[in-house]
Amino acid sequence: MKTLKNLGYLLGLPVILILIWWAATLETENFFVPTPASLVETFAEVWFGERIFTDVLPSIGRLAVGVLVAIVIGVVGGVLIGSVRWLRALLEPTLEFFRAIPPPVLVPVLMLLMGITDTMKVVVIISGCIWPVLLNTIEGVRAVDPVLSDSAHTYGVDGWARVRYLVLPSASPQIMAGVRQSMSLGLILMVISEMFASSSGLGFAIVQFQRSFSIPEMWSGIVVLGLLGVGMSFIFQWAERNILRWYHGQKEVENAA
Amino acid sequence: MQPDPTQAAPEAMLSVRGLKKVYQTDGGDVEAVRNLTFDLRAGELACLVGPSGSGKTTLLKCISGLMAPTEGEVLLSGKRVSGPPKKMAVVFQEYGRSLFPWMRVRDNVELPLKNQGVPRAERDRLVDEALEAVGLSHVPRSYPWQLSGGMQQRVAIARAIAYQPEVLLMDEPFAAVDAQTRADLEDLIRTVWKKLGITILFVTHDIDESVYLGERVIILSSSPTVIQEDIAIDLPEERDQLETRSLPRFTELRHHVYEQIQLAKKGDRPAAAGTPSAGPTPAAASGADVA
Repeated sequence: MKTLKNLGYLLGLPVILILIWWAATLETENFFVPTPASLVETFAEVWFGERIFTDVLPSIGRLAVGVLVAIVIGVVGGVLIGSVRWLRALLEPTLEFFRAIPPPVLVPVLMLLMGITDTMKVVVIISGCIWPVLLNTIEGVRAVDPVLSDSAHTYGVDGWARVRYLVLPSASPQIMAGVRQSMSLGLILMVISEMFASSSGLGFAIVQFQRSFSIPEMWSGIVVLGLLGVGMSFIFQWAERNILRWYHGQKEVENAA
Repeated sequence: MQPDPTQAAPEAMLSVRGLKKVYQTDGGDVEAVRNLTFDLRAGELACLVGPSGSGKTTLLKCISGLMAPTEGEVLLSGKRVSGPPKKMAVVFQEYGRSLFPWMRVRDNVELPLKNQGVPRAERDRLVDEALEAVGLSHVPRSYPWQLSGGMQQRVAIARAIAYQPEVLLMDEPFAAVDAQTRADLEDLIRTVWKKLGITILFVTHDIDESVYLGERVIILSSSPTVIQEDIAIDLPEERDQLETRSLPRFTELRHHVYEQIQLAKKGDRPAAAGTPSAGPTPAAASGADVA
């Protein structure tokens, strides 16, 4: 019963939206707006086949590598910069400068430097996704509770153990907030990097459909992007529930008090 | 047990010699502790009591090696303390901020041992014993924030016990728990102290607590801090919340400590202030101080 109810909440709005769309396109002859039925048909035709391997999986691969590398660099760099005061003083103004550069402007530059390769696309994704993780990690590391830090210190929890048992868990709520932003940024940058110059990928496919006036196909590609976003969001929520169980529990207790 | 002003007594477990701490701030130097000298024998339970702002926490941070003194030194079994020593454990007042909220009770108690590479079997035994000693064997799987304040402080005490320190420092550990829990925890500390024979330095601002708990009470002056008085508590070994507290001697001692704190607050200093000597008998001290 409960699962049924949850399923209702999950699918309620999408079903309503599709019904409205269906009703609105009953009479239309507009070439640019497909009906739900034709879109579903096109979707199956276009995406359940070779394109999974030539477009969908390569895109997901670049996205996953880009986001994961950005998270790793962001967390490692953030822990270093957040823990070492002189490093922070040295780097912070420069970081603000690089952060302000919108990653899409790097695409032409990186194309010239690296060619039209997967590496170029991954680098574009990393260059945008790294900032939320890095800056949030720095903040999280700096905000480690001084009493907790003293406790760890008196019990000889220093060096790597300090990072593992104190600094990382303590910063994890902020790190996860950064990761969440990075994931949505990553999706955007993946599409942009593929639209500029590419021979495969979702961004490339969507632009190609648009240019060849395959409008339902183009729309179906946009649906794939949306579904990809939903999938990423589920993965994130699952990871967050596991990593931050203590944090949410503690907050609940504090709010109840 | 008069401490020698220049040298640590040979049997001293913990020795504070001529300790001075000056904080450098933008608004100028602030002298938190002027000159403190005292020794704790092995197995002693001493309470350090003083008016608020008398530098108790500063002193404790210097003793525990979290902060370097401006002058003077702290010796633990004759060795100079320059960082948190292995043989020392600290229990802080803010129990909610001294336990790792992302670890279960058992993991919190176990972490210092694990970090030191204590073998698994021994670790398990030490953690079990420590949790048993503080009466928390039934909640090893809980997170600290699922427990009441008093229970959280018990976890912190269990962590300290499991670490097998020779010296246990406690910084106003019961200041933030309710009165009934506080009484239970006081008795717990007495029990643990007797059972393990460790040296305990218990910092508090509560006069009753210092007299009830300690074998000795060291009274601090107001800031910049020196020792106002150092008295032995000659109450029976077995303490009981009701009986001990209703003894005439308890009232006398409490009265005396209270008086000294009031004097300290007014800025009166013992005759010997400034020179690193302390530890007069109660009678001599009260005479000298009021004068």
